[in-house]
Order: sequence, then structure tokens, then C-alpha cells
Amino acid sequence: MNKISDNRAWWLVLPVFLLVAFSALIPLMTVVNYSVQDIFGPGQAYYVGTEWFKEVLTDQRLRDSLIRQFAFSGAVLAIQIPLGIGVALMMPKSGVKGSLCLILVAIPLLIPWNVVGTIWQIFARGDIGLFGWAINQMGMDYNYTGDTLDAWLTVLLMDVWHWTPLVALLCYSGLRAIPEAFYQAAEIDRASKWAVFRYIQLPRLKSVLIIAVLLRFMDSFMIYIEPFVLTGGGPGSSTTFLSQTLTTMAIGQFDLGRAAAFSLIYFLIVLLISWLFFTAITHADKEK
Amino acid sequence: MRQTRSKNIGITIYILLLLTPVYWLLNMSFKTSREILGGLTLWPQNFTFDNYTVIFTDPSWYNGYLNSMAYVSINVVITLLVALPAAYAFSRYKFLGDKHLFFWLLSNRMAPPAVFLLPFFQLYSSIGLFDTHIAVALAHCLFNVPLAVWILEGFMKGVPREYDEMAYIDGYSFPRFFIKVFLPMIRSGIGVTAFFAFMFSWVELLLARTLTSVDAQPIGAIMTRTIGASGIDWGVLAAAGVLTIIPGLLVIWFVRNHVAKGFALGRV
Repeated sequence: MNKISDNRAWWLVLPVFLLVAFSALIPLMTVVNYSVQDIFGPGQAYYVGTEWFKEVLTDQRLRDSLIRQFAFSGAVLAIQIPLGIGVALMMPKSGVKGSLCLILVAIPLLIPWNVVGTIWQIFARGDIGLFGWAINQMGMDYNYTGDTLDAWLTVLLMDVWHWTPLVALLCYSGLRAIPEAFYQAAEIDRASKWAVFRYIQLPRLKSVLIIAVLLRFMDSFMIYIEPFVLTGGGPGSSTTFLSQTLTTMAIGQFDLGRAAAFSLIYFLIVLLISWLFFTAITHADKEK
Repeated sequence: MRQTRSKNIGITIYILLLLTPVYWLLNMSFKTSREILGGLTLWPQNFTFDNYTVIFTDPSWYNGYLNSMAYVSINVVITLLVALPAAYAFSRYKFLGDKHLFFWLLSNRMAPPAVFLLPFFQLYSSIGLFDTHIAVALAHCLFNVPLAVWILEGFMKGVPREYDEMAYIDGYSFPRFFIKVFLPMIRSGIGVTAFFAFMFSWVELLLARTLTSVDAQPIGAIMTRTIGASGIDWGVLAAAGVLTIIPGLLVIWFVRNHVAKGFALGRV
């Protein structure tokens, strides 16, 4: 649809703009303010300039949690996106069965995040949890509170369980939007299943996949509550992701300046990656 | 035909795996504490509703649900009220900075919540909204409004502009056209948006917990509080967890036929 150019449309956007600006810009400015000061308590703050930023860039603990974070987000995307597409392809197209599948698949999304953590905390326990018990029965030594690798895999599995449904729902809605004529044409051409997927379904899924990748990247990058409830960041600091390091720093140790400086850097990293991804995709579109 | 059958088997296996942890929670909510800690049982041996009775008779428990419901409903209303006109503007007009504005809206989802909690707390305390439902509802708009604008815009794009023009020729004023003609046409879009706003507000805990202390405390926070006191009553905790799933199920039931349309139409 060709749109009319009219700057008066801003009046319609204004409420959204004001509301989001109120909740976003004021806290952001406060964080910027923290990041250039050394704060000891109420009324005791000293301007330190860019010192926190310099310190943060060389901080080993933060660098470690950043690396863990990238590994985690990468693993999350690598598993959830293909799995979500697969699930969406398998879901019945319509009818009662379709609706039923939709509702059942959506269940993990409707559970508050701390409850998700609680569910897995119990479910993965070796003594009273079905999952932990089953793994132990199979003769594998599994203990997510003691073993680093087990803890990591449990957090990953929990995230896959929790969020693959979102990718699946997005892809499902993308698939439903493909006109039947496309499939009929493919049938006449005797296209293989793979060709139908590669040349009809995948290109048509692109727009929802972009959103799915963006949402999953952003949300997995700031995952906090679920691993916090499940493992508390342990054992050691193996599942302490960025948000948790920052929260401990800001609230636990009241090291506001440093935490603020790092969250700004962290915000910029996420923003940069998302923006690069976003523009790369839209540019590729224009060239076609 | 074989294709369909293997697909059916695949999706059945996936859903079974998906539901196992939920079943485990349900299973536990009907057990006594002694049975839970005593060993592994695949279904409740001494079936009991005690855990649920605790929740429905103790105000400090069921108030949590009422609080959560209250701020989620306020949030859905605010989100829809501001997002509807904005989505209309995005779907019909080009204006200065429209693309950047959209990315900026989306970028608010990327802010690390952990460190923004303290500023949020200070902001809402300073305007006297701390520990009220409206504070949480407003804070949740941060991530719900951008999403709502995005979903609604997709649905609005599906309505040809000829309707707008025809209503204008017939002498409808803009507000009258918007409410009487336009909104009924995108009913399903509004339903889907309401569902997603509900869902994200319902599951969020970090902001909700920070901005409340007693009067508006969400159920999630009450659950974590219970963990601290005198050991963990797993049975009650499980029952509380089960009850948090039900409102979402009800809402998705109402919009089940429209959800699939929701995202496919959206802009990127």
C-alpha cells in the first residue's frame, strides 16, 4: 500500500512516544549519570569521568560473563530457530487439532519466569524430579547443582523448552500466510519436499524469522530469573550470565558506577548487533 | 499420507516432551509434602487438595493473584489505548523519522533490566506511585507497547484505505470513523494484541517485584518469598505454579483462531 506523506501523523504516535520515553529515557539518563560517578551512599557521589568505563573494559569477571553470555545466546539461537521451524512445519494446518496444538505448544510461554525456574529446579533433581531421576537411571552421572557442564546443559534445555514455542508460533503464523496457489504450482512442477521448503516456505518465513531471531537474541542476552532460580548462577560462576553479574554488582555490592558503565556498554553491544542484523536484512531486500 | 502420519507422530512427541515438566508440577501439587520428599512417584498416591486449599483461604496468597490480574489488566488497557492510534499512523502515513522511531521502540526491549531496576524504583518512588498497580502497568508498557504497535499495524495494513476515504466522503469525522468503522474491522487483531500484552505482562517478574512491596505484590514475588521462610513447602509452591498457568490458558483459548494471523502480517 502506498502511504501518504503527512507529518501530522506524529500526533497519533505522540502518546506512544511520550509513554515509552517516560519509562525508557529517564531511567537511561539515570544510568548514564551513575556511570560517571563514584557513589558511596545518598548524597555522597563524586564525579569520576570515564574511569569506570576504562576499568570495566579490563575487568576479567565481566569479560568472562560476557563470553559465557555469547556462548549461551549462540547456542540458544542455533537450537531454537531450526527446532521452531521444524515444529511449525509439523503442526496441523487447521481445524480442532490445529487449535489444540497451538494452545498446547503455547503453554510454556504462559508460565511466569520464576515458575519456569521452579519447575525445572524440581524436574531436574536427581531424587524427586522425573528428568534427573530418569537420567540417573540410565546410568549417567547427572547433578545440576554440582557439575558445571550439567548445570549449563540444564539451563540451556530449560531455555529451549521455554522459548522454542515462541519461534514455532511465529513460524506457524508465517506458514499459514502462504497462499495455497504456491503449493499447487509446486505440485505441478513436481517440486521435491525440500525444494518446496527451500524455495517457497523459507523465503516466505523470512519476515517472521527476523523477528524471531531478534527477540530470541535480545531476550536470551538478558536472561536472569530462570537461571537465578534454577542454579543461582552456580556451581561456581558457570551459569552466572551478564544480568546476574550486573545485578550482584549494582544491588548486592552497591557498586553502582561500575555496574552502570557496564550495562551501558552491554546495551550498546546488543543494540549494535541487532541494528547490524536489521539493516543487513533490509538492505539485502532492497537489492533484490 | 505417510508424510502426514510422520508429521503427526513428530508433533505428538514434541508436545508430550513439552508437557512433561508441566505434568510434574501438576502431579506435585496434588501430593502431600511428605510424599514429595519421600521419593519418586509417577502419580499422587495420597491424592489431596490441601495445597490448593491453603492458597484459596490465605489472603496473602490469593491477593497475589488479584494484584497480578489488576496490573496486567490495566497494562492491557493502556497498551491498546496508545498503540491503536500509533499503529494507524504507521500503517497509513509516511512521516519524519518513522523507521527510526520503530527501531527505537523495539530497542527498549534490549535494555538490560538488572541495572535499570534501581532507576525505575527511584523514578516511581519520586512520583509517588511505588507499590501501586498503575506503576507496574506503566513499567510493563515499555516492552508491550512496541510489540502491540507492531502486531496491530500488520492487521491495519490488511484494511484497504478505500474504507477510510469512503467514510470521509460519507461525512464521518475521524474519531467516529475510527471507533465505529475501523476498530470493528480489526477485532481479531485487537484480540491477538491483547493476548500478547497479557502474556508478557503476566510472566514478567523483575520489574513487578521491584516496584511493589505489599499492596500490589505479584504472585510471583509471593512465591519466592515463601521459599525463604521455614523451608520450602513444595506442594503449595507447585499448586501456586499450576494456578499461574490457568489465566493464560483462558486468554489463549479466546484468541486461538486468530493467533496464527497475528505475526504473519506484521512489518519488518
